[in-house]
Amino acid sequence: MTAFVIRRLLQAIVVMLVVAFVAFSLFQYVGDPVQLMMGQFATPADRIRLTHELGLDQPFYVQFFHFVVNALHGQFGVSLRIGKPVSVLLAQRLPATLELSICAALLALAAGIPAGVYAGLRPNSWLARTAMSASLLGVSLPTFLIGILLILVFAVKLGWLPAFGRGDVVHLGGWSTGLLTRSGLLSLIMPTITLGLFQLTLIMRLVRSEMLEVLRADYIKFARARGLSDRAVNFGHALKNTLVPVITITGLQLGSIIAFSIITEQVFQWPGMGLLFVQAVSYADIPVMAAYLCLIALVFVVINLIVDLLYYVVDPRLRIDRAGASGH
Amino acid sequence: MRKGVSLCISALFATMLVAAPGYASTFRWASQGDILTFDPYAQNESFNNTFNSYVYESLVQYDKKFAVVPQLAVKWEQIAPTQWRFHLRPNVKFQEGEPFTADDVVFSIHRQLSKRSMTKSYLVGVVDAKKVDDLTVDLITDGPAPVLLRQLTDVRIMSKSWCEKHNVVEVQDYVAKEETYAVSHANGTGPYILKSREPDVKTVMEANPHWWGKPEGNVTEIVYTPIKSAATRTAALLSGEVDFVLDPPPQDLPKLKSDPNIKVVEGTESRTVFIGMDQKRDELLYSNVKGKNPFKDLRVRQALNMAVDREAIKRTLMRGQSIPTGELITPEVYGYDPTIKVPPFSVAKAKALLKEAGYAKGFEVTLDCPNDRYINDALICQALTSMWAKIGLKVKLDAMPKAQYFAKINKLDTSLYMLGWAVATFDAQDALINLVHTRDGKGSGEYNDGSYSNPKMDALIEKIKGETDVPKRLALIHDALRMHAQDVAHVMLHQQIIPWAMRKNIAVTHSADNRLRMWWVHVN
Repeated sequence: MTAFVIRRLLQAIVVMLVVAFVAFSLFQYVGDPVQLMMGQFATPADRIRLTHELGLDQPFYVQFFHFVVNALHGQFGVSLRIGKPVSVLLAQRLPATLELSICAALLALAAGIPAGVYAGLRPNSWLARTAMSASLLGVSLPTFLIGILLILVFAVKLGWLPAFGRGDVVHLGGWSTGLLTRSGLLSLIMPTITLGLFQLTLIMRLVRSEMLEVLRADYIKFARARGLSDRAVNFGHALKNTLVPVITITGLQLGSIIAFSIITEQVFQWPGMGLLFVQAVSYADIPVMAAYLCLIALVFVVINLIVDLLYYVVDPRLRIDRAGASGH
Repeated sequence: MRKGVSLCISALFATMLVAAPGYASTFRWASQGDILTFDPYAQNESFNNTFNSYVYESLVQYDKKFAVVPQLAVKWEQIAPTQWRFHLRPNVKFQEGEPFTADDVVFSIHRQLSKRSMTKSYLVGVVDAKKVDDLTVDLITDGPAPVLLRQLTDVRIMSKSWCEKHNVVEVQDYVAKEETYAVSHANGTGPYILKSREPDVKTVMEANPHWWGKPEGNVTEIVYTPIKSAATRTAALLSGEVDFVLDPPPQDLPKLKSDPNIKVVEGTESRTVFIGMDQKRDELLYSNVKGKNPFKDLRVRQALNMAVDREAIKRTLMRGQSIPTGELITPEVYGYDPTIKVPPFSVAKAKALLKEAGYAKGFEVTLDCPNDRYINDALICQALTSMWAKIGLKVKLDAMPKAQYFAKINKLDTSLYMLGWAVATFDAQDALINLVHTRDGKGSGEYNDGSYSNPKMDALIEKIKGETDVPKRLALIHDALRMHAQDVAHVMLHQQIIPWAMRKNIAVTHSADNRLRMWWVHVN
């Protein structure tokens, strides 16, 4: 077990190195930050000096090497756009992204699982059919469109919710939270729906098909034959067994929710890491881009690791080192 | 319920405003990008410079017609060809209480001239600053410097003692790992005080109660929010969450104009948009013409110029929001020559010229174009390719985002390219030096990316730089501008018109440099 975790952490380092290497090989195409920093009237000598100081005149593998060496010392440089240390910027933005992502994931689970169970138990009811067709819409509509439609209806037409931003935040130590203020909660509603809708429909469809599958299994028939109540059969036996794939997918999707919150954050001017990244791209802010990409790679690797460990917990068959483990 | 309450509140506000005109008014505004830094010399970006000007002031400033008027200097004179004397405004204090003196001016000029300063270009030609007495400063230049005063409008004055106290005597070093105090703190003499700053979220400023000047407007609190997404920016204005948007997206303008709560103020920008051509290489990088460069031939350049239907671009692409031109600079800029006409549009003549030059069958060439820099930039380029197709040219379009685009064309890696130029000093000299003078690697012709070179032109520009007699200098500028048009050094397209969108109760003064001057803003 410990060996497994260590092996996976070593893999994580390799993954992050590869991501950083690929990123640096692409950075030479993102443009020239010097041009944007010095404006149109800078002299050629000054421009060359700054390019040299920033190391932008070196081949990408040298820049990559410097990045890795500095990163090992815990230094990611300062943002070329706003002049603040990258690590500080990311730490400031992390709470916003995590709060949004977790709320979106919770929404997806809280609404997706019951809806999926219902659609699995009563596949022919009109409610289930409506939910299924609506879920197609959720899967196929692009995120930014959902966001803009929500803004149009709830901010512009109805004036109920703020169109952008995170509202007022409360600082608790190094963490800033919008969950404790009214404006913060109101601001959270539309981004959460926008970000969570895709996952919601995904989980709902997954739970439904798993339920349909499990309900046909022999042990369900047997349970019914034993005269167990519907509730015990449906939730005690059926739902429990559909949850293994759901946990896997949810876990993996949490990574993509965090990574792909970029679009939602941009639409709602949500001050998270995704927005920071988008702004960095348009300014060719290389230190921020590099650190962000590595961080996202780390998030994916860690989530994968946790999901793998959860398998051990949820699925007894995987616990081969435990003698006598038995199924249900 | 909530709506009812907010209605009550706004009614309350309305009565308050009627009762006490000019009383506390908050101005909430937005545009695409955020402020970068409050160290006025650490970045040179137009929007950032605008924001810094709310806190930091300069020796001189522009009035509404872009004439130079006093700010921190009350009067000035040229006491020798290379020496200017400035008499400073007495009894001015910085926002944190330090008195403003000649030491601060000398310190600021030196700081701005220092190695890591990004805004050195506003002090081109300035060699040194010397204190004469507490309220008198001399600036030493390396020549007559006819546009010095205009350059100084962007040279912000910091407090020497404040910079020393907070260890920001040096401009921020982006290679170092630390941010400096001046990145998110500011202490100027200006009308607004920086209250709070959260990058990409919100920046708040308050009116400076001890400001020496009298504001024309009535804004007492500024709340700035960057909103990156264009649709969200429009939505925030429509829903009343912001009062003003500096850069409303062109596609939303009809909707904004038709909304009874919104007004759109349109004004000219001091920017011309044009096409440059590689006129130096013996063979174009991106063309099928081998062994020679068609753009070296005046007739080819004239043909390209004549084949552009500027009125059609204005009518269809720009929805009327452009002013076709054949001149390098716009009427707002000193030196504009009203006698230079818009080039005539004639496909037949253009074809004849091409034939005369030996390209009866036309040729292939690639047009490089930004797609997020000027209004409708990529669309204009697309239209140009079809206009030039009518005279037999096969133009391939290569459009890309500005961060990549300018890196590419500044390396001269282009044969045909789009550029826009807003004259920051509002004097023709800067456009001539940067765009038309031969590229010499020493600061002239820095944006002459097509390497146009004409010794007569260079001689004229050098004369303009040294001429202190005003009428003579104006005549020289006119000569240079006419030569630029006759030579078709660039295919000039149009002057941009920029819209600002705001709630009905806001009154602003539109500026041709796209800067919102807060002290002229009224919230009614």
